[in-house]
Amino acid sequence: MFDYGHFKFESKQDLFDKSIKYWNPEKTKFWQKAGIDLVIDRREGYCLYDMDGRRLIDLHLNGGTYNLGHRHPELVETLKGALDYFDIGNHWFPSVARAALSEALIRVTPGMKYVVFGAGGAEAVDIAIKSARYATKRRKIVSIIKGYHGHGGLSVATGDDRFSKIFLADQPETFIQVPFNDIAAMEQALKAGDIAALIMETIPATYGFPMPKDGYLAACKALCEKYGALYIADEVQTGMMRCGKLWGWQTYNIQPDIMIAAKGLTGGLYPISACLVNERAGEWLNEDGAAHISTAGGAELGCIVAHKVIEMLHRPETVASVHAVTEFFRDAMADMIQRHGDIFTGVRQRGVVLGLEFAHPQGAVYVSRALYEHGVWAIFSSLDKRVLQWKPGVLLSHAMCQEIMDRFDAAMPRAREFIAAAGKQG
Amino acid sequence: MDNVLLAVPDAVYEQAKLKVERSRWAVTKFQKLDRHSTSRIVEAVANAAHAKAQFYAEWAVRETGMGVVAHKRQKNEACSRGLIEMYGHEDFVAPRIDTARKIVELPRPAGVIFALIPVTNPVATVFFKTLMALMTRNAIILSPHPGAKEVCTDAARMMIEAARAAGAPDGVIQVIDEPTIPLIEKLIADERIDLVIATGGPAVVKAAYKSGNPAFGVGPGNAPVLVDDTADLKVAAKRIVASKSFDNSILCTNESTLLAFHTIADALLASLKAEGAHICTTDETVKLRKLLFGELGFNVKMIGKDASIIAREAGFSAPGAKILLTLVDLVQPEEKLVREKLCPVLAFARVGNIDQAISCARSMMRTAGRGHSAAIHSRNEVHIMAYAAALPALRVAVNTGCSLGSSGFETHLGPSMTIGTGFAGGSSLSENLTPHHLVQFARIAYNKEASEGFGEFSGLDPLNLPRATHAALSLVATDSSADELRRELRRIILEELKAVLAA
Repeated sequence: MFDYGHFKFESKQDLFDKSIKYWNPEKTKFWQKAGIDLVIDRREGYCLYDMDGRRLIDLHLNGGTYNLGHRHPELVETLKGALDYFDIGNHWFPSVARAALSEALIRVTPGMKYVVFGAGGAEAVDIAIKSARYATKRRKIVSIIKGYHGHGGLSVATGDDRFSKIFLADQPETFIQVPFNDIAAMEQALKAGDIAALIMETIPATYGFPMPKDGYLAACKALCEKYGALYIADEVQTGMMRCGKLWGWQTYNIQPDIMIAAKGLTGGLYPISACLVNERAGEWLNEDGAAHISTAGGAELGCIVAHKVIEMLHRPETVASVHAVTEFFRDAMADMIQRHGDIFTGVRQRGVVLGLEFAHPQGAVYVSRALYEHGVWAIFSSLDKRVLQWKPGVLLSHAMCQEIMDRFDAAMPRAREFIAAAGKQG
Repeated sequence: MDNVLLAVPDAVYEQAKLKVERSRWAVTKFQKLDRHSTSRIVEAVANAAHAKAQFYAEWAVRETGMGVVAHKRQKNEACSRGLIEMYGHEDFVAPRIDTARKIVELPRPAGVIFALIPVTNPVATVFFKTLMALMTRNAIILSPHPGAKEVCTDAARMMIEAARAAGAPDGVIQVIDEPTIPLIEKLIADERIDLVIATGGPAVVKAAYKSGNPAFGVGPGNAPVLVDDTADLKVAAKRIVASKSFDNSILCTNESTLLAFHTIADALLASLKAEGAHICTTDETVKLRKLLFGELGFNVKMIGKDASIIAREAGFSAPGAKILLTLVDLVQPEEKLVREKLCPVLAFARVGNIDQAISCARSMMRTAGRGHSAAIHSRNEVHIMAYAAALPALRVAVNTGCSLGSSGFETHLGPSMTIGTGFAGGSSLSENLTPHHLVQFARIAYNKEASEGFGEFSGLDPLNLPRATHAALSLVATDSSADELRRELRRIILEELKAVLAA
């Protein structure tokens, strides 16, 4: 019996049954088929606990949402303190929490002028596209093939058609997609001069974190300037110090016109998202500030948590930790490739954003499962199943990093078994 | 602003916890450095500290109002370059091979050391503990006494910068900028701390031991000094006055009470006077007792003050005096003047013989000073042995000042700002703290039987061992039944291995 006070479940199976019956049958069954029977129960630091009590180290972090760990005590205390005084507020009016967070974000983000808040990443992307359209009076948006920017009315059209066609939301005439790391294709898309903006994840997450080639992002930005388009940096997974600086684009020495922050912005405790705009992109805020409205956008509770997150990320100890974790996995993974080079073939890394490449076309699916059996949760890339997303938190302890690698090493024989079995079937 | 509208977390504590983890990371990197790299860091930090000995001596006196600049400079020098001269030749990094006992010892540094720094000897202790830690490849978090935090944090930053420039890993030295008692109590209990070294008052030491972490805490001193009828009185007087006035008696090894054989007492008093001791009248002694010992114990405002200032505060005049000598009849704990005094006030009592000297010394140490220090000026080995054997002191300095003798600067005990008071003094440490205390060893121990030979370990560097060679790996996708069998075997072996390891 699992008694949560408000509701009860007879067993884990009871939960699965009800999830299939009332919530999401396909998604529930998908994971069962994949051999991942996870129902996240308790969570603490960088660990998850399944309903059956099993502990998993979280290297998925839900795309960086838990960058600082699950339920970070300092953030929990911050939110609890805020709950004694605030609620989500009223979006119509100026608010102390939104003003304070906006100021904090603008102070640490070069080149930006205003912050527009949303409730989630997709809404912030929609705001970015709207802002670019207002500024350029153009309608078309360019993104990369296998890019990912969420599931809003506009944002979904920038992504893979798996997510848009099913809902008849694909708009190929207005939302143009070009291959990643292909500057010629990018110029081809931009040169007609009718593009409002290029939207780009600094490192495309769902695509398995392929690294932008040297100079690629800067060239894209230069092309935007040349053809009058704005550059939108989607920093949902690469921001929050995960690339070694607060925003990933800062490590590539480019200056976007608009940028998106979400997920890790509020430590997974109270969701809000932010779209930061430069003077040009933010001009609509001087004409009609109520042109975009969001009741939960910039909820004040979320703003207070985000304000704390920004402070925590700027501590010298946090910066030191990012570098330490970065170096640790760089060295540890190089060692693992030496030992398991038959299945594990490469690493993509910037800061604590890593993609682990496996030889088998579905390799990351099997490795994910083998790791799951060995107490580590890391998810494969939906759009490139050779690649395992490896997303360590910025505050991981050395002891836990070492534990992760010991478990990784121990899981490799099991991964080999899965891959060999798959090879036979194939 | 006196009315904060929202309840907010203790950001100082949260940030301090991050420092602990930063140290943990530092340790893992530091312990991969070889002796050469380690020595380079130690040298660089010691040189930087030595160059600033005067600067920080002045600052410490200015900030704490305690001690004497020239003496602090001397300590700062001794606790920087002086430590290199003492321990620089020693190897705390390489494995030690004992062929006769068929044992190899691999150094295992403590890890993360949390060091509490006293207000009395702030900079010298910062230098001392940091260099001890660096020599043994430990990371250190310095926690200064709030009364000396400005000078300590600045000195720490100077050392951090020197270490960084010499190639030390990030975070090997850190400092708590805003130390408070509740913060420190929480931090020393952090399970990621490997060792607490507590130098300070009894409360600090108790807290260190209560933390649940391994700790070296040292108790307070209260050193008796005996001058018998074989001593060179003029030399003894000179050494005692110099020691008692050294840094205005701020070292915990300073002389508390002078016990003089009655046959030489008057001659000794004359010599002491000639060396700059002011012999207090009965009235002045009463005034001093009142000034120094209030309801709450020792008057901390008088710690490390000049003798003439103390006299003035007490209500009499002793211009130019190096120390104040108060004659007492009773050498028992109820006579407050024979308790520990971190200021240049020395109690003086006459004793009939060695037995009476011992019972007086034991009496005054009954409530404070156990396990700490004592001194004797004598040429009589029987007296010296009897005194050392009977007293609850763990070091007896002979024919030298106790301040610098017991703390190892003027003896071969090893210069130390942390004086172990042993079991008698509530401490696990009985010696003067040295780098040897900060590294343990993992031991490879062979079968004793002569038929089982000892391995050849010389030339093997645990930091740089030849890598196990892996057979050329082939993609598992190319499958065959032989591979299958091999894999199955490997799986079974691994499982058995795991079962054995888990058992």
